[in-house]
Amino acid sequence: MTIDDILKNINDHFGDRVLKTEKKSSKRAYLDIYPKDIVDMAGYIFKELGLRFNIASAVDDFDRIEILYHFAYDPSGVIISVRAILNDKDSPSIDTITHVTKAAWWIEREIHELFGVEFEGNEDLRTLLLPDDWPKGVYPMRKSFVVPKRDSRKA
Amino acid sequence: MSDNRSTIPVGPYHPLQEEPEFWKLIVDGETVVDVDVRIGYNHRGIEKISESKSFDQSLFIVERICGICSSSHPIACAQAIEDICNIEVPERALYIRTITQELERIHSHMLWLGLAGHFIGYNTVFMWGWKYREPICDIMETITGNRQNYAMHKVGGVRRDIEKEHVSYILTRLDEFLKQLDMLKGAILDDPVLHARLKGVGILTREAAIEYSALGPVARASGVDIDVRRDHPYGVYSKLKWNVITQDEGDVFAKAVVRILEMFESASIVRQCLDKMPEGPIDSKPKDITPGEGIGVIEAPRGECFHYVKCDGTNSPVRHKIRAPTYMNFPTFRETVVGQTVSDATIIMASIDPCYCCTERMAIVDTNDKELLKAEDLIRLSQEKTRRIKEKLGVK
Repeated sequence: MTIDDILKNINDHFGDRVLKTEKKSSKRAYLDIYPKDIVDMAGYIFKELGLRFNIASAVDDFDRIEILYHFAYDPSGVIISVRAILNDKDSPSIDTITHVTKAAWWIEREIHELFGVEFEGNEDLRTLLLPDDWPKGVYPMRKSFVVPKRDSRKA
Repeated sequence: MSDNRSTIPVGPYHPLQEEPEFWKLIVDGETVVDVDVRIGYNHRGIEKISESKSFDQSLFIVERICGICSSSHPIACAQAIEDICNIEVPERALYIRTITQELERIHSHMLWLGLAGHFIGYNTVFMWGWKYREPICDIMETITGNRQNYAMHKVGGVRRDIEKEHVSYILTRLDEFLKQLDMLKGAILDDPVLHARLKGVGILTREAAIEYSALGPVARASGVDIDVRRDHPYGVYSKLKWNVITQDEGDVFAKAVVRILEMFESASIVRQCLDKMPEGPIDSKPKDITPGEGIGVIEAPRGECFHYVKCDGTNSPVRHKIRAPTYMNFPTFRETVVGQTVSDATIIMASIDPCYCCTERMAIVDTNDKELLKAEDLIRLSQEKTRRIKEKLGVK
């Protein structure tokens, strides 16, 4: 499958549930979808098309949070990034895809603690990286979290 | 559930490993029944730091993620930025990148081989592995100026050229290394004790490897034929002749075989590169960064290393996501270790070549009285098993 075949398969299967398809180069493409479709989309891409789950990455865009799910198709070296935008910055939430692939287990825990995104249906959202006594409601990867400046005279 | 169930906390600090990691092994008698992993003891917030650095600086930041992979991360990061701005890298620079990548793979695999040997009580393998790794570090020093943390790569090319007078030195040391590796390969792969000790231990099935998206040698030892160097070509790999090594068994022995055979391929790639390298510039000196997002993937010694960079047109990334290969390989540990004995747990842990630093001290907590097991005790258990097997086989 080339990148065009993959995109055609996805577009045929999901129709207008794919909001936007952006082909950046012959090896990279970005798709926009509604957050509620992520389980179907990830399931189709992982199970039906046989792509490998690379990783998910969250981005804080000040008034919203977007999550990119990267999938790689190794036989032709293609990486497809599926973008779900969470508009509710105060309580962002999206369905878990750990039932689709266990590889998403850790990254969902990580995004949960660093960005404060709730993954519906994921029962294992324990802390992965931060210390146990980290204050609740403080999300270090959000733009609102500023790394404190240090005074050299107090060194 | 039997009453013998107890918890062995492994970690977070262990002098043998590179990074701190905490493993909670639940054992029933001698058998491991469950495991839980806790990471983050060494979390330095590099993704956040990178957002406040310029693109040139972020390459130095990502280099400090790992001393062993200090060529892999900068290349992946540079590729992501080059993907954003469509920067063409000069061919000679691609060759130099490929050479540093492959030398890094050799020295990382040798380091692993030594540690694995130590864990199962084969200190000869440990001594040999680390001794024969030295020529590779010497070559690295000649090329880049450093044995580790090379500071070799930049967006659009590399910082230092490989001089003509260095080529013959590199080839001599590489030949020297290959001779020793050949001997080591025979000694390891034909050893009946190692067969008895490693075969059928810690099996990761092909299905589990796909389900967990395992990467690198871990996946290839389970029969998943993936290799970023071939599948997502970068550098000059598509112009060279080399093979992807795979095994079907998925046990610890298969992982060792994959790593040992890969070193021969790497040495061959370095030779071909030195032979074919064209003259020319080593840096395309890019000026502007355009807004956009880019992805860079490379095959680090442990597997695929993934960098995602988003840029708004300023001099520093808006978001920089880094995914090291061990992040995906770690969770497979649960599949492989459950049902095995405690004495095998050490080598199964080590077999994924984790970038972790585990045990300073561990404790077996009993309801009746307390018994403390140190890191050395767990290794001793493992080494005693090798001794028992040796006696059974009549090998000295």
